[in-house]
Amino acid sequence: MANSQDRSQGRTGGIVSGGAPAAATFTGNRALQIEEPLIFEMGQPGRCGVDLPEPPKVKDRLNGLRRTGDIGLPGLSEPQVVQHYTRLSQKNYAIDMGVYPLGSCTMKHNPRINEKVARLPGIGDLHPLQPVSTVQGALELIDRLAHWLKTLTGMPAVAMSPAAGAHGEMCGMMAIAAALEAKGERQKRKVVLAPESAHGTNPATAAALGFTVKPIPANDRGRVDLAALKAALGPASGSEVAAIMLTNPNTCGLFENEIVEIAQAVHDAGAYFYCDGANFNAIVGRVRPGDLGIDCMHINLHKTFSTPHGGGGPGAGPVVLSAALAPYAPYPWIVKDGEKWRVAEDGAAVDGTPLGRLKAFHGQMGMFTRALAYMMSHGADGLKQAAEDAVLSANYVMAALKDTMSPAFEGPCMHEALFDDSFLKDTGVSTLDFAKAMIDEGYHPMTMYFPLVVHGAMLIEPTESQAKEDLDLFLGALRSLAAKAKTGTAAEAFKAAPLYAPRRRLDETLAARKPILRWKPSNNPPETDPLKHAAE
Amino acid sequence: MADVRYSEEHEWIRVEGDTGTIGITQYAQEQLGDVVFVEVPQAGRKVAKGEAVAVVESVKAASDIYAPVSGEVIESNAALADAPGDVNAEPMGRGWFFKMKLADKGELAGLMDEAAYAAFVKGLG
Repeated sequence: MANSQDRSQGRTGGIVSGGAPAAATFTGNRALQIEEPLIFEMGQPGRCGVDLPEPPKVKDRLNGLRRTGDIGLPGLSEPQVVQHYTRLSQKNYAIDMGVYPLGSCTMKHNPRINEKVARLPGIGDLHPLQPVSTVQGALELIDRLAHWLKTLTGMPAVAMSPAAGAHGEMCGMMAIAAALEAKGERQKRKVVLAPESAHGTNPATAAALGFTVKPIPANDRGRVDLAALKAALGPASGSEVAAIMLTNPNTCGLFENEIVEIAQAVHDAGAYFYCDGANFNAIVGRVRPGDLGIDCMHINLHKTFSTPHGGGGPGAGPVVLSAALAPYAPYPWIVKDGEKWRVAEDGAAVDGTPLGRLKAFHGQMGMFTRALAYMMSHGADGLKQAAEDAVLSANYVMAALKDTMSPAFEGPCMHEALFDDSFLKDTGVSTLDFAKAMIDEGYHPMTMYFPLVVHGAMLIEPTESQAKEDLDLFLGALRSLAAKAKTGTAAEAFKAAPLYAPRRRLDETLAARKPILRWKPSNNPPETDPLKHAAE
Repeated sequence: MADVRYSEEHEWIRVEGDTGTIGITQYAQEQLGDVVFVEVPQAGRKVAKGEAVAVVESVKAASDIYAPVSGEVIESNAALADAPGDVNAEPMGRGWFFKMKLADKGELAGLMDEAAYAAFVKGLG
């Protein structure tokens, strides 16, 4: 099942199979779809967008090391630079442009009020080395956010500094390792259990900390097989298990409805329960993970509390901790003495035995601000409704497509709907082809081939932020594509997709096998030189 | 004639004397799609049956390759570093992963023969 026979990656106006009209234009452009060269292929030597004064003549102290060659910057005017980057930005498909169905990626909306608040001078212009007396408000903001994170999760403590989800995992698992160390069990408990549908970061985190990872199979309902888990835990006295790392709702978009029994079994075996909070957005305001018996959980602020996502900004992955793990929370701790806030740093006396420091500064202030703005602008009822709407939307997607596409597991689902490729069986169309055809319909494809436990997986997460009529159009497009695939005669047309994108099917295999990581003039073979192309 | 056995993890092992050559099956390479990277174990490594010993990465996914039986790695296919596509082109020929000296030939009895493996794959739909 080679997933792409068609390796043609010509321009849209080039090779066309599948019946699209492609009248050639002189420029190679297609209306607003501009054939844009790389910036290094543009401009003229000596042209410059700014008027700089001649540098003063000084005797250099470079001992003969002064550069003699060209530094290789393109010579461009300011309007050329502005136009270049504007044209590039117009090629992008972004969360601000339409339905963005990627699963396991959650929030697709960056509320503008967050941006406004994050740019207030007292917040946007902060420096992490400012005197503590000048940042009392910022420290209060961090503490306020920490308060709501603890409240929403039902957990007694939170470490704010981790930089993102995987870093949060590292923090939580280090706290677990420290707790085991304190009990003298670190050497004995070397195994971390992870369901086979887990995010790849879970086993990677455990392995990075020296644990051995043991996968737990899923049952036929897409959840953790409790009997297999209990067998893997073994008897409490002899258990070698340090922790389980479990995502809930899981990566199949399903709630682990035996999670309380799972937590009980894990604790009975003397192990800890790490919950991956990547999908917390589905249950905010409805379920407090602390009530389920978890010991720690990272919260991807960018997945749950709307901070910029998808290449759009830095992350933040605070970790909530149970009473058993709270003493190990890493520095810095934000502490209030009377009316004054202070930052307790390395070596400071705090009510615990911190595992050290995970990050040079105090956390991602810009993300903290946006997350708190999101919480406060929504209120408790709004946060709960956002979670409910996300689940409702995903179930709407699943219900609308269940007769056309093939849900991997029986619903209802949580925040994302998972399909397998059985509806494409014998059509000659693969999941990849189907996803590429979505591009022609004007949509970013859904997550594909993940989770791995489902064959040819297609994971759709509509989120709470799409209007019903926009979702209906999207669902109509998917139904139409599925019907076309099922005719059994459309395989060639699907293999040719996308027809209308700036580039056709790119050669992913060649890109992975022989990656070109740095542009050089010689990397640009004459037949793909855009300037030459335009001149022809 | 060499005896070829198959595992449920879609590895094959071709046994000649007390040496086994291991790779992945035609079915496995089809499921993976174009292979872009292969990590093979070093000679001298002792491996237990079921242990993850190699990694194969395709445009779709990265997967572990498990030792179908216990033993010691005696040679690995260095050519795969530059030509990972061999796994797709000839999964049971040029695309072999590593050779090992078997610790216990009795373990082979737990693997499938060609007919049983073909039936196993058919059952996967």
